[in-house]
Amino acid sequence: MIGQILVDGVLTGALLGLGAIGLTLTYAILRFANFAQGEFVTAGAYVALVAAPAFAAMLGGGDIGQLTFGWPLLAALALAMLLTGVLAAALDWLLFRRLRRHGTPIVMVIASFGASLALRSLIEFGFGPQPRYYSHDIAMGVRLGFGARATWDQMSVLALAAALALAMHLLMTRTWLGRAMRAASENPALARISGIDVDRVIRATWLLGGGLAAAAGVMLGVIVQVRPYMGFDILLPLFAAAIVGGIGSVPGALAGGMLVGLAEAAAVPVVGAEYRAAIGFVVLLATLLLRPTGLFGQRT
Amino acid sequence: MSVLELRGVVAGYEPGLPIVRGASLRVRSGEIVVLLGPNGAGKSTLVKAAAGLVGVSEGGVALDGVAIERLPAHARIRHGLAFVPQTENVFAGLSVADNLSLAAAVLPRALRRAEVASMLAMFPDLAAASTAPAGRLSGGQRQMLAVARAMVTRPKVLVLDEPSAGLSPLLVAQVMATLARIRDAGMAVLLVEQNARAALAVADRALILAEGRVAHEGSGASLLDDPEVAALYLGGRRAA
Repeated sequence: MIGQILVDGVLTGALLGLGAIGLTLTYAILRFANFAQGEFVTAGAYVALVAAPAFAAMLGGGDIGQLTFGWPLLAALALAMLLTGVLAAALDWLLFRRLRRHGTPIVMVIASFGASLALRSLIEFGFGPQPRYYSHDIAMGVRLGFGARATWDQMSVLALAAALALAMHLLMTRTWLGRAMRAASENPALARISGIDVDRVIRATWLLGGGLAAAAGVMLGVIVQVRPYMGFDILLPLFAAAIVGGIGSVPGALAGGMLVGLAEAAAVPVVGAEYRAAIGFVVLLATLLLRPTGLFGQRT
Repeated sequence: MSVLELRGVVAGYEPGLPIVRGASLRVRSGEIVVLLGPNGAGKSTLVKAAAGLVGVSEGGVALDGVAIERLPAHARIRHGLAFVPQTENVFAGLSVADNLSLAAAVLPRALRRAEVASMLAMFPDLAAASTAPAGRLSGGQRQMLAVARAMVTRPKVLVLDEPSAGLSPLLVAQVMATLARIRDAGMAVLLVEQNARAALAVADRALILAEGRVAHEGSGASLLDDPEVAALYLGGRRAA
């Protein structure tokens, strides 16, 4: 039982962490909560839904071992990350960039609500409300010990999420762009007079944040299903993960996601799956009461 | 020839409400020019306008004769104007070395490592703490890092906004001695200071800003010898 809770929690936590990275970075640099982040998760899942059969037609089936998906879906994942990153950057260019000049943070938040609603409605209009699947094959579980089982799909998703998290960590700590993103989030004015083109950093942040959200969406689609409300349904746990981890911190978003995911998985046998989403807020409130800056946040 | 020239600069934070109202000044290579004046005179606004953090609505800012007033702040440092703000002038979450290497990125790639190493050699306290987060440095070390962060870009002119604020007299003396060394190496330095005594001790020229305009200009000694200036703008105290 505990083993299964750990497996489920780590899996959910990894996906929440990936989705929360974009949220925490845009919040830290632009100082507003982007409620459209959930729709980037959904958009990524649907891009892959369309692209995977096209890649399969071009490349052939390309099965991978015991997985229910093959190379075409991995190619579609890469495309989904790219296109969703561009979608996020385009949304900033068309909407948020203009509001940043004259608007207040609350105007930006309301605008992001509007963008979220518009994107979700567009997706629902285009693809319908019914759930869709990347594959109708049945994924068989493998015994992991301690009473835990996981499918090869779940384990591959976890490995991919870990690889993306590691890549993101290396980018943030070892590259000029990562340092520039950290600098711009800490003090945009000082970043500017240090020679950093903050507008360029903002564009890179949207690209990365959108791309990672898309990856989370495709992975969620692999292990659950693809539907128009999938991003909206995890939006609040994404916020919980970002805030619990400490706004602006990439390791914090991953750790926060893991904490929220594990808490949700642990609570389901006790309170039932219908209250699962509320658990993130219990964790959020407890963290804010005990450590208001979050796990990795810095006092200012 | 002046390295930095401000001509009739009008600048402020709100449209139609200028704080600086037609200020002009020049800074040449190898000199420290100190900008003094009462609180609210517009000293910080003027240097922020030079650095690109506050918009210039009228007048011009030129660096080596090239107009830069329409350039964004991140482009001005590439032209050779480095600015050290009064507060929050280091990235507290980044290491000392990362603070320097981030700013050094404005240089050609081949020069960056050498320039960071040169700054760490110039400030041994920073070299000893190069991997530590800048937020853990003492006030004096932070100020040194802020100066080093600006210097690592090999600027033509270094502009500082009250670098002595909040420092002990010993640390103020260290900061001023560092600025004198930088001046002696041939760089132009524009220094905003409330601490008139310490600033005038290293200044080649001084200007007094009042109500957004340059009201007096001269050597430090001549300004302090003027009883009206000393009484009105320098708190009636003479430099030692």
